[in-house]
Amino acid sequence: MFEHGPVSVHPLESLDAAELVDHLRGRIQALQGGPTRLAVPTHPVLEGLVQLRTGGVYAVDSASLGMALAAGASRAGEWVGFAGWDDFGVEAAHQWGIDLSRTVLVPAPGEHWLEVTAALVDVLKVVVLRPPGQVDAKSASILDARLRARAGVLVVQGDWPRCELRLSAERSTWLGIGAGRGRLRERHVELVARGGGRVPARAEVVLGDGEVA
Amino acid sequence: MRTMVVWCPDWSVTAGLLELADGRDEDDPPHDVAAPAVVLANNRVVVCNATARAEGVRRGQRRRDAQARCPDVVLLPASPDRDARWFEPVLAAVEEVRPGVAPLRPGLMALPAPGRFFARGGVGGEEAAAAVLAEHLVDAGVWDCRFGAADDLYAAERAARRADPQGCLVVPAGGSAEFLRGLPVTVLADDGPEGAELADLLRRLGLVLLGDFAALSPASVSNRFGAYGVEVWRRVQGEEVTRLASRTPPPELACEISFEPPLDSAEAVTFSVRTTAERFVAGLSERQLVATGVRIEAEFEDGVSARTWLHPRCFTSRDLVDRVHWQLQAGMASSGLRSRKSTGETITSPVTLVRFLPDTVEPAGAHVDGLWGGGADDQVVRGVARVQAMVGYDAVRVPVRQGGRGPADRQALVPWGERPVGLRPVDRPWPGRLPGPAPSRVFAEAPEAEVVDEAGVVVAVTDRGRVTGEPWRFRVGVHWHPVAAWAGPWPVDESWWLGPGSGGRAARFQVVGVDGRAWLLRWRSAGGWEVEGAYD
Repeated sequence: MFEHGPVSVHPLESLDAAELVDHLRGRIQALQGGPTRLAVPTHPVLEGLVQLRTGGVYAVDSASLGMALAAGASRAGEWVGFAGWDDFGVEAAHQWGIDLSRTVLVPAPGEHWLEVTAALVDVLKVVVLRPPGQVDAKSASILDARLRARAGVLVVQGDWPRCELRLSAERSTWLGIGAGRGRLRERHVELVARGGGRVPARAEVVLGDGEVA
Repeated sequence: MRTMVVWCPDWSVTAGLLELADGRDEDDPPHDVAAPAVVLANNRVVVCNATARAEGVRRGQRRRDAQARCPDVVLLPASPDRDARWFEPVLAAVEEVRPGVAPLRPGLMALPAPGRFFARGGVGGEEAAAAVLAEHLVDAGVWDCRFGAADDLYAAERAARRADPQGCLVVPAGGSAEFLRGLPVTVLADDGPEGAELADLLRRLGLVLLGDFAALSPASVSNRFGAYGVEVWRRVQGEEVTRLASRTPPPELACEISFEPPLDSAEAVTFSVRTTAERFVAGLSERQLVATGVRIEAEFEDGVSARTWLHPRCFTSRDLVDRVHWQLQAGMASSGLRSRKSTGETITSPVTLVRFLPDTVEPAGAHVDGLWGGGADDQVVRGVARVQAMVGYDAVRVPVRQGGRGPADRQALVPWGERPVGLRPVDRPWPGRLPGPAPSRVFAEAPEAEVVDEAGVVVAVTDRGRVTGEPWRFRVGVHWHPVAAWAGPWPVDESWWLGPGSGGRAARFQVVGVDGRAWLLRWRSAGGWEVEGAYD
């Protein structure tokens, strides 16, 4: 009945009538329990490189990228969570634009990390997980099933058996710092997004100069 | 209906001492729960325990007065959250024996008096019931609990406050008014400042007993003493009807189905309970409720299996049928029974009855998905509560920013559900802090590091804030990296006033390795180099 095409989500006011109808159709489908892949807002820095969709698992290789992926949803007013982050940089998260009052942090879930993540995925839009060590396919499929049932996104910092997209930072350069002079100001990173059976997408981006974006 | 009140005196102190004892390592000497202790708010004693009271400590005293009278008194900060948290297991201990407990406030709960149950060995009635409850509470670690039973809630509370430790004071049926009239007006002080004021006024008017007050006409009480006076007057008449808001749902929502003849396969049982599960969910939804926790009891011919299942959202009939299946499979595996489908055998102990009991119910409105989103916050609160049940109360944190110079000082992780207190303000200049992007990883326990110059000599910072050599190589963990760029030092000298071992002279450096990764290193005059954070 409904087409299963991509549905974009932006603040509703900015949509024209046709897009609004599409968006609402997606939501109705989600309420009826049908398969949906709603788009989740992404931070402007990553636009064009990665588009989060509910039910997906995304892998990143650094803490900043994990925060960046959560930041888009948080800026749009969603709840986000971080599990297994015992070294969470609160100020960095704030600089990414993550709303700390809508952030749940489980620094050390220990052996219960799978159950904790499953419970967080139930209620939060984006959960960023740093799993302890190797993850087997069975644990991964438990979380996959939970993600599909609920409209959540899982971002994993580390390895994951099957993921939609793997975002990694290659060749990073810091500007503003010399030999005993200046300070860290800007970071130029070449981001590579692999996965989804496509040619890896590359983009040169500039990550934060410390201002709240 | 008779009401019983359980009172744990000086609960704030008990909770505080329990928390202290809980946070201790095993090799520390065991903490004395009867040690003199006080709870302080604004430097004044709010609650003190009996041991402290015996030394002359009183409510309202200043801290130094309390310490002068009893130098080894344990000082505890006031924390309503902590009191409520530690009262929860006490409620659960009572609920095990008598469901339908209504918590009034931390330290005080009411329950329908169990009447003639628990009678044993010649002692019957409420005293026997109180003895059983006291036994349970002492097992739970609360040795000072007092019980009162009366026709109405107020008289029961007053009776509990006059009972001996672990004792029960029973006000006979119809005797509430007489009991209350014999009490001095000073008991009103337990109601708070309003009560203390009224008690003082009544005493100065020459009314010594509550009975004198009760003898006044309601109109003149209303004129002279206002709304609170009228409320007290009505209470001391002893005719108030008590309705306890129990935290467990009424039992008529439970549904059961019995099988005649008993069914001997898990599949047959799950097939047959489908309509019962639907009836159970429909019964709840008629009252605009949904169940988030359900207790499923299955009776076999030679035993019972009971389990409480929690649902992340709310139970539908299909979820319930699934849970029955899981429970039977698990239960049967342990008792030597098998599902017919999996093994081809018939199960040996047939199931005679399956019962669904609502364990936790919540308003249905809080659980519906909105077409326009929304309602999410309540769901998050419930979901996080589930995580807390799994990994412990303080394992779930909310990150908060605060003022400070180092990255670790500039953040705080507050346990979920508690209000952050005592944070440093963010909007001050904090001279000496690092500008620019903040490190995305901040180590709570800074790992040690090493920085050497070209000659391999460890780099240090002089008293005047100069670097003794140019950083050439640095080590984080076990790997050495050549330095590509570095900045610093940002010297600070803080927290030396907190005593030896904390703070002192330090300097921060930003160091970028040749692999492009940047680190925030700190040199301390006392302890050498360490890693504070990473710009990962």
